[in-house]
Amino acid sequence: MSEEQTVTIEVDGRELKAQAGAMLIDVTDAAGINIPRFCYHKKLSVAANCRMCLVEVAKVPKPLPACATPVADGMKVYTRSPLALAAQKGTMEFLLINHPLDCPICDQGGECELQDVALGYGSDVSRYVEGKRVVKDKDIGPLVATDLTRCIHCTRCVRFGAEIAGVRELGATGRGEHMTIGTYIEKSVDSELSGNIIDVCPVGSLTSKPFRFQARAWELTQFDGIAPHDSVGSNIHLHVRRNEVMRVHPKENEAVNECWISDRDRFSYVGLQSDERLTAPMIKRKGGWTEVDWPEALDETARVLKQLHGDQVGALASPASTLEELHLLQALMAGLGSNHVETRLRQNDFRGKAPSFPWLGRPIAELETVDAALLIGSNVRKEQPLLGHRLRKAALEGAQISYINPFEIDLNYAADQMVDTPFGMLADVAGVAKALGATGGLIDSAKVDETHQAVADQLKQATKASILLGNIAAAHPDYAILCGLAEKIAQASGATLGFLPQAANSVGAQLLTGKGNNAAEMLANPCKSYVLVGLEPAYDFWNPAQASAALKAADSVIALTSFRSPSLEQTATVMLPMAAFTETSGTFVNAEGIWQSFSGIVRPAGEARPGWKILRVLGNLLDLPGFEQESSEEVLAEIRENLADKKPDNSLGDELPAQQLSQTSGLQRIGDVPIYAVDPLVRRSMPLQQTHDAIAAAVYINANEAGKAGLSEGDRVSVKQDGHQATLGIIIDSNIPDGAVRIPAGVAGSETLAGQFGQVTLEKA
Amino acid sequence: MGFKNQPMTNVKPVDDRESLFSPEIRAEIDKWVAKYPGEWTQSAVMAALRLVQDDNGGYLTQELMDKVAAYLNMPPIAVYEVASFYSMYELKPVGKHKVCVCTNVSCMINGSDRIVEHMEKRLGIKLGETTGDGKYSLKEVECLGACGGAPMFQIGTKYYENLTPELVDSILDGLE
Ligand code: SF4
Ligand code: FES
Ligand code: FES
Repeated sequence: MSEEQTVTIEVDGRELKAQAGAMLIDVTDAAGINIPRFCYHKKLSVAANCRMCLVEVAKVPKPLPACATPVADGMKVYTRSPLALAAQKGTMEFLLINHPLDCPICDQGGECELQDVALGYGSDVSRYVEGKRVVKDKDIGPLVATDLTRCIHCTRCVRFGAEIAGVRELGATGRGEHMTIGTYIEKSVDSELSGNIIDVCPVGSLTSKPFRFQARAWELTQFDGIAPHDSVGSNIHLHVRRNEVMRVHPKENEAVNECWISDRDRFSYVGLQSDERLTAPMIKRKGGWTEVDWPEALDETARVLKQLHGDQVGALASPASTLEELHLLQALMAGLGSNHVETRLRQNDFRGKAPSFPWLGRPIAELETVDAALLIGSNVRKEQPLLGHRLRKAALEGAQISYINPFEIDLNYAADQMVDTPFGMLADVAGVAKALGATGGLIDSAKVDETHQAVADQLKQATKASILLGNIAAAHPDYAILCGLAEKIAQASGATLGFLPQAANSVGAQLLTGKGNNAAEMLANPCKSYVLVGLEPAYDFWNPAQASAALKAADSVIALTSFRSPSLEQTATVMLPMAAFTETSGTFVNAEGIWQSFSGIVRPAGEARPGWKILRVLGNLLDLPGFEQESSEEVLAEIRENLADKKPDNSLGDELPAQQLSQTSGLQRIGDVPIYAVDPLVRRSMPLQQTHDAIAAAVYINANEAGKAGLSEGDRVSVKQDGHQATLGIIIDSNIPDGAVRIPAGVAGSETLAGQFGQVTLEKA
Repeated sequence: MGFKNQPMTNVKPVDDRESLFSPEIRAEIDKWVAKYPGEWTQSAVMAALRLVQDDNGGYLTQELMDKVAAYLNMPPIAVYEVASFYSMYELKPVGKHKVCVCTNVSCMINGSDRIVEHMEKRLGIKLGETTGDGKYSLKEVECLGACGGAPMFQIGTKYYENLTPELVDSILDGLE
């Protein structure tokens, strides 16, 4: 704040310093002076349509809206003067004219801004005796319930859609008394951030559908948590009643998730109550599953593990496992003489040196200030919704965002998209590198086209630019080459290389694991025995067919899991019920490298136990050293000590792998993982599974390729990949390039196929 | 940023704008587009809706509104908002003569109730309805800015002021 920009104003007799031009309400909010409001929201544009924030300003005859009045030097404001109070009371009375008196059956009751403000600023009785207006509710999808009769037309939800979600789906149609919020046509609201309109709505007009009529606000106890579905590590509030998580809200943290969370983080909790929760240890005997008690299960597990030594056993864990779980898993394996612990289950190309501490490359909040970014193999908007949101903010400020992907993605801002087959992607990345003057490997033979040159120029001219590798890149058969090329682009353009880590603890997992055989090796040369943590073989591996076969061939498979599932029951020999993310303490390292710890806030389902405890007891039973911890904090302290000198570091080895593994012949599969298929919990959240984004297994193919194969929309085809087969429907999709088909992974229907990428053949079924 | 100080456009504009409307309509809309700064094509939405409505026998359909949205590169919902806000846009078929009676304060004080009652009786329809033969529609509107001649109504582009039931009869008699 420079001297001449600072003004002094007086509010209710208090002198305040403020930046000239700031809105009065921001200044009073910062000073802790409360002015009632409905339409104002600090993250949205000023609408000034509710008039609740009227205050008196000296020398101005009429009251002014604090949210739309810029401060000026010497301004004298009275927020509680007779004029201000009368104005606020008047506004309140008008707002209540058409507001129903249904607070007793309204989900917002008890936490409603209208109730609070009416109590604080309204009058006790209503003079209005005429009929109230009624608005028909609209169905806007499985996540948000509408009671539009309660709407006070603040338009926060409309502005949220336009300005934050970046999709103009909701609008205010009609006029005056006939104005209603809605989509006008029958349509669901499909943004991946749509749940936030529940929070921005000051009344009970937009509420959570899954939470509808489940509990009253005052019955809930609030706990802090960390969202477990992507590498943002959004801070959340979990609202609990009688040992059950009833709903999830964002917890404000400007540096991480601002005041938003993705729908995935908000509604995944529904899956916690799934019928498929594993509530007791189970052992497979004579082909059937028997429930046993913990001592028996643990003894059996210890007995099995004791017979193994060294290389015979490998551990595969979800990248959303906590640091504590992974540390103890690593220690358990080490005690058995094996260092095969792997969490990169959706990766197949492990050539080259992996970075020692792969991260975003810059703080999350800084992403919105880049001038240019090149994303390679990423559908960031659906993979890490809030990182997508930061990039969108940058784009709206004029940043040039470009993508190199194997299919065109849906974006909520204008960006350059280079779309090519998995093989062709390499040529694009190499083209950009060459345009920047980089040399070596593929780059030398690359062709530079106009787009490559344009993107290269943008990156070079930018003062702050990021090259980011996403989930699609990580699953690419030539991931190592993509990484190497990305690094060259970063070096040649002065941009920062970054990774968009997949899961809640992908970064943390890299700090602890990955020293022995990688996932691909562990499955290609099956171990005698496997330990699985938090996985479903059918949906969590790059190559589910291969994974299932390797697990089936093993003598024993010990699964720590929160859920039963057919693919686990077929392959495992012991299932140990593990606590879900709300039931255990732990720590995740997010994309930015921030360690965020959380505690267990509800008792685990049935007999389930926190993963770290199960592993610690197993360590004890096997008489292994390093399993004396009494609490997860002690485990964490150990980890901190071991990793004290680890700094985020994205540097790769110098050598680019020479051989290109992605192929050109035939049709190439693109097996991306849809937003609501990423982990076992999300896959069991019914509301999320009913959304538009819950993409089903199918063959997405463009009209040209479909024509060549004599296929049309709706046809059933037999898909063959590497000797594996699935029967799926055809969906014509112009976003897919020639030479490729998109067959999503992680969803029911494609789990019988092989790798996320690779050649497929289609035949009419 | 707010969507008020920056036009909210469609991320993927349509490729074949030409196919949306006839060359005549396009030429008319383009005239309006030209009146506004370059990126604000959507400022022409009101004129475009009027042109398209006139061309369609006096009312708009969702399909037409979607076309206007595509043509002006704006989200469809923003067009629905405009079309449903202003009373001069019709979202359902209307009669050949659309009688827009003002019932706002000045007209009400000067007896618009009587005018409405008279017309409802004469035409056998209520406000907001259309006669069976499709000849007349009766519509209640807010102040049309002709308070000096209250009570008043508008038929087509013409204002009729200082109405009395007798005058209304003679006006309606004079219509085709
Ligand atoms: S639905 Fe809620 S957020 Fe939207 S305009 Fe109405 S009161 Fe405001
Ligand atoms: S908060 Fe200022 S007018 Fe609504
Ligand atoms: S009130 Fe009827 S024209 Fe103004």
